Amino acid sequence: MEDISLHILDITQNSIRAGATKVRVEVVENTRENVLLFVIRDNGSGMTEAQLSRVHDPFFTTRTTRAVGFGLPLLKQTAEQAGGGLAVTSAPGEGTTVEARYRLDSIDRPPLGDVATTIWTLIVTNPRVEFDYRHELDGARFELSTEDLKAKLRRRRLGTPRLAKALRKYISENEERLAAAGAGPEAPRLEAEGKI
Amino acid sequence: MKLEDLRKIVEKTAPDELAEGGARYTIVVGMGTCGIAAGAREVLAAIIDELDEQGITDVIVTQTGCRGLCEREPLVYITPPGGEEVVYADMTPARAREVVASHVGRDEPVGAYVLDAGELL
Repeated sequence: MEDISLHILDITQNSIRAGATKVRVEVVENTRENVLLFVIRDNGSGMTEAQLSRVHDPFFTTRTTRAVGFGLPLLKQTAEQAGGGLAVTSAPGEGTTVEARYRLDSIDRPPLGDVATTIWTLIVTNPRVEFDYRHELDGARFELSTEDLKAKLRRRRLGTPRLAKALRKYISENEERLAAAGAGPEAPRLEAEGKI
Repeated sequence: MKLEDLRKIVEKTAPDELAEGGARYTIVVGMGTCGIAAGAREVLAAIIDELDEQGITDVIVTQTGCRGLCEREPLVYITPPGGEEVVYADMTPARAREVVASHVGRDEPVGAYVLDAGELL
């Protein structure tokens, strides 16, 4: 995976294949705490303790088409290389939560990447799954809920091409606004705004 | 863009919802780990763009997991209701646009990108 946004897409697909109807994706970038983390929480089928103990093993998968499950081991590796780690909690019937943490300033941390397109892709291709998304960047934030969107837009599906395109613009613009508003390393410096 | 702006755009330009069962084709993009790593997300975005540019509204776009042919990802599966699935391999955004314009737009599959039946599991 080239960047963290692709890991988010990949790991959330696990939730969907576990039968989740509701998935919450949270991304937090905090400069003061020097952390970038994402949490994916679903209401899917969950895993038994025996399954859970093997999720970091690439030779474990619940799928039958391929003998190797790369997603979580790959994520664990990139997180640990960047001074962070991976935590997976799960119970049968109670869903699964995956949390990946990176040191924000680690030179081995992959870039966050295009998280807007990841969230949009999930929404557009999974009409039967409701998503809650929250991206926090040093106090600034962007939040989105598909249930809320469907109610406000008065549409049952968000994946029809014209609507999907408008939605992509909406998410991308808000992500850009967030990046500019936050005090992250790529954001405008405070003194440039005359606040210091 | 505020949510209210999105609502106005949708109200003005987005056509009514597709009736269930009213789709001419279902387009499925492979989004397992292998598909995503090979660029499936950008292929999906290109498909939506091309559908919109062609004014095509009577299709459903969705995703699937890994079906075991990781080395030919991104894979795109196009199926008419009750009809036979056509599988496109090694998709790029540009090729996916071509497939949408020809296969979905004019009902002419693009033979050059179709996966040989023998490769299917």
